[in-house]
Amino acid sequence: MADQPQNSYYLEGIPVPETPKPGETPPPWKKTRIVGQPVPRVDAYERVSGTAVYPADVSLPGMIYGAVLRCPHAHARVIKVDTSRAARMPGVRALIGPDTPGANPVWTWASYSGLKVASKLFDAICRFEGDAVAAVAADTPYQAWDAARAVTVDYEPLPFISDEHQALNPGAPAIHPTGNNVEPPKVYERGDVAKGFTEAEVTLEESYRTECEIHVPLEPHGCVANWEGDRLTLWESTQGVYAVQSRVAEILGLPFSKVRVIGTYMGGGFGSKLQPGKYTIAAILLARLAGRPVKMTLTREETYLSVGNRPPAEMKLKAGVRKDGTLTAMDFSCLATGGAYPADGTSLVDWLVKDLYLCPNVRSTLTDVYINAGPARPFRAPGHPQGAWALEQMMDALAAAIGMDPVDFRVKNVPLFSQSRPGQPPYTSTGLKACLEEGAKAFGWKEARARIAATPKSPRRRGVGVAAGMWAAGSGRPPSTVMVKLFADGSVNLNMGASDLGTGTKTIMALVLAEELGVRPDLIQIESADTGTTQYASPSGGSKTVPTEAPAVRAAAVSVKQQLMEIAAKDLKTAVADLDFQAGIIVSRSDPSKKLRLQDLPGLKQAGVAVGIGYRGPNPADKIVNPFAAQFCEVEVDLYTGEVKIFRFLAAQDSGRVMNRLTYDNQVFGGITMGVGLAMTEARILDGRHTGKMVNRSGYDYKVPTSLDIPLNQVSLPIELEDPLANTVGAKGLGEPVTVPTAAVLANAIFHATGVRVTSTPMSPVQLCRLFATLKKEG
Amino acid sequence: MDHEHNDQESKSSQGLTRRGFLQTMGTGAVAAATSGAVAGIKKAQAETIVPESVIRVDLTINGLRHRLVVEARWTLLFVLREKLGLAATKVGCDRGECGACTVLMDGVPRYACQTLAVEAQGFEITTSEGLMDAGKLGPVQQAFVEHDAFQCGYCTPGQVMAMEGLLRLNPTPKPEEVRLGMSGNLCRCGAYEHIFRAAGRAAELRRGKRGG
Repeated sequence: MADQPQNSYYLEGIPVPETPKPGETPPPWKKTRIVGQPVPRVDAYERVSGTAVYPADVSLPGMIYGAVLRCPHAHARVIKVDTSRAARMPGVRALIGPDTPGANPVWTWASYSGLKVASKLFDAICRFEGDAVAAVAADTPYQAWDAARAVTVDYEPLPFISDEHQALNPGAPAIHPTGNNVEPPKVYERGDVAKGFTEAEVTLEESYRTECEIHVPLEPHGCVANWEGDRLTLWESTQGVYAVQSRVAEILGLPFSKVRVIGTYMGGGFGSKLQPGKYTIAAILLARLAGRPVKMTLTREETYLSVGNRPPAEMKLKAGVRKDGTLTAMDFSCLATGGAYPADGTSLVDWLVKDLYLCPNVRSTLTDVYINAGPARPFRAPGHPQGAWALEQMMDALAAAIGMDPVDFRVKNVPLFSQSRPGQPPYTSTGLKACLEEGAKAFGWKEARARIAATPKSPRRRGVGVAAGMWAAGSGRPPSTVMVKLFADGSVNLNMGASDLGTGTKTIMALVLAEELGVRPDLIQIESADTGTTQYASPSGGSKTVPTEAPAVRAAAVSVKQQLMEIAAKDLKTAVADLDFQAGIIVSRSDPSKKLRLQDLPGLKQAGVAVGIGYRGPNPADKIVNPFAAQFCEVEVDLYTGEVKIFRFLAAQDSGRVMNRLTYDNQVFGGITMGVGLAMTEARILDGRHTGKMVNRSGYDYKVPTSLDIPLNQVSLPIELEDPLANTVGAKGLGEPVTVPTAAVLANAIFHATGVRVTSTPMSPVQLCRLFATLKKEG
Repeated sequence: MDHEHNDQESKSSQGLTRRGFLQTMGTGAVAAATSGAVAGIKKAQAETIVPESVIRVDLTINGLRHRLVVEARWTLLFVLREKLGLAATKVGCDRGECGACTVLMDGVPRYACQTLAVEAQGFEITTSEGLMDAGKLGPVQQAFVEHDAFQCGYCTPGQVMAMEGLLRLNPTPKPEEVRLGMSGNLCRCGAYEHIFRAAGRAAELRRGKRGG
């Protein structure tokens, strides 16, 4: 940009939002000029050229490579680990196991709900296939694996459980001394469920199941650990550098200030990279031992076993409705498993049953059990797609039973408040009704149903489906601190600790700054995700990053404007109240001839920079900020082959203000794609009979959607409601709600096409053919 | 609930208590480590390369000849990333499942993780770095920027190479040809829709149409 004259940094003369007085909260934006436009990413160059350095790409002088030896059994006691042969292998620089002095720290498995089980980095009992047994670092990854394979381990295999249904059977092997219940079943109840069912005119009951799904981010989990004296620098592929810093520091007993975590780029997480792994600690210890930086990138196979999953959910739902479409009662139960340690196996699975539709009488019972499998981690809208699979198929069935259109039935039951939270607080905004109605209109819902009804039945059948959803979080919240630095030439630097997972966070923050200051987005330099140099942020997860960080960025921009006006007041010898901050220029209201461009402010030149600090303010008291969604699709199902072609898919999302239409649509399509995976192809399969091992731990046997699997036509329809109460930018989370209804939409469309209710994922040709075989031969 | 959930997130970082292991670990681990009390390692015995396992190769990458010594089992991917510093080519699975390591060999997309360095001799190898012209993005890369055809960006250089290979073979692919041509490259973020849109633009840019 060297050829650009300085004044082109700003869109001069164009009004920017009014600058509030110090201490005042900036009012909601009215019409935005830059926010909401489709703008290519500020870091697009780095990401498409390959110059972005992900942790797996980090290369340091003298760097060696780590590998973790993992337990091949579903459940085993580690009797003896003999590293003597491995230690003599070529290239080996460090080797640690359960007996290495000082290298087997306590590792606590903890659920987000606060349950903890203390264990060791290399524990005497491996409760899942893939738990760590030893670790090695060598000059090449090949040599590291040679050495890992040369470690001799005596295991005593123990009886295992691979099926959560068997976990509570009498005589089932106990995975923990406390038994196989993670905690006592959680029961929620409101109203009078029994009475509600007596008031129902139609009552339906069905069992549903979603299979365990693996995150499979394209960058495998990993890190590079480097010690400089007693200072550790860790490049971790993570969603939250500060979360990794604190956990690593606590495990190793290090002051936080000795642990710098850098995660500027990361190759996908979807919830599985909110925390470090055992591999992180192993890499750090190996680096210390070897006196060399260690790169530890997990193999793809390890990521299937050891770094999280979406728990399988076995659900039952009974629901009662009156013929006018009034829901009278719902009774939901779920048996699920977060694997071998406390890992929120049933977390939020019942949220939609409790909160998505008006229903006075609701009961839910959640039972989380242990099995011998890798611990779960949060996975894009934890619990929600599972719950939607049950609830949204039930809503479909109820609508059919009472002869109501599925869209109308849902619209009739839209609540304006959160029914399951104490005090039943109202939402700041809910676009659920608009998502359903405007989505149906844009999709051509009624027309499509009429067209399909009028089409003669053939072995290839069309069907359309609808489902709705919401996300129990997505409000954002304090704390967040960001710093905006305006240089003397008027260009801008933004410093924030949050990670941009690929959702476009950095670009959205640049647009916020551009909106508020009038500066061109491409003249904003952004530093992010580094505990050593950037401000504090909680991990990017829960679809909260934009609603958390954007208000803080806006506050920092406002602070910069206020300081520049103070400076200008002195330079122009007038009062601050007399000044108007326009894009790139500050003008006296009483005497418009008195004005200065930012880069001409003598006070700014003297100061060098103007620095604004922004904090995330509190959320509205007694109100709830949640995003909502309704999705529609049309499929063609082949009754002979069980193949499903997804013709079109429309997602109507209420996530408040659209911040960047380009990345918004991308998120929407990405959520649909992931939901297609849950619905159609993805399932962890454990060999429950002989070994307890996962049998489909590869991309060929565990199929993530490819370019051939996604809907042929996808439409993103933002339902953009003003939500001035939510926060100062009016945005709600998007990344998670977009994947909540998707699987259920497909199941409902397949039902519409075939009359067959598919209650278990994945809706593979194998399963569908089996179900279709029960259909009467016709057409 | 929102609050509860959010608290959970921050708790993840604080998930561990400081009991017990602070005494056993902490600087204790570091001290034990530096004192060399590690099972069976004597650094003097460690060798970096076993001579009989190495072989000389001659690789042409992005128009430059690289003569180097490799182990016979080293993949092209490993050599590109860890020996030559060409890290645009990503490691996603290291076993031919995901396409993150896609490069062109004589113009044809190949998985660098499924190609041994010794096998790659005699081919013109092109990586994402090779599509750049003095730091300026190539047409496929430019199309990816304009249509936001990526999210996390990790699979992107591989997607770019797959599309480059497709367009070299078929400069005006039909939509179904794009879908098929890109089906060897996983994108877990699910940017396929935008990748398809980028294909049309990339074809245009390759034909020399700019702007718009």
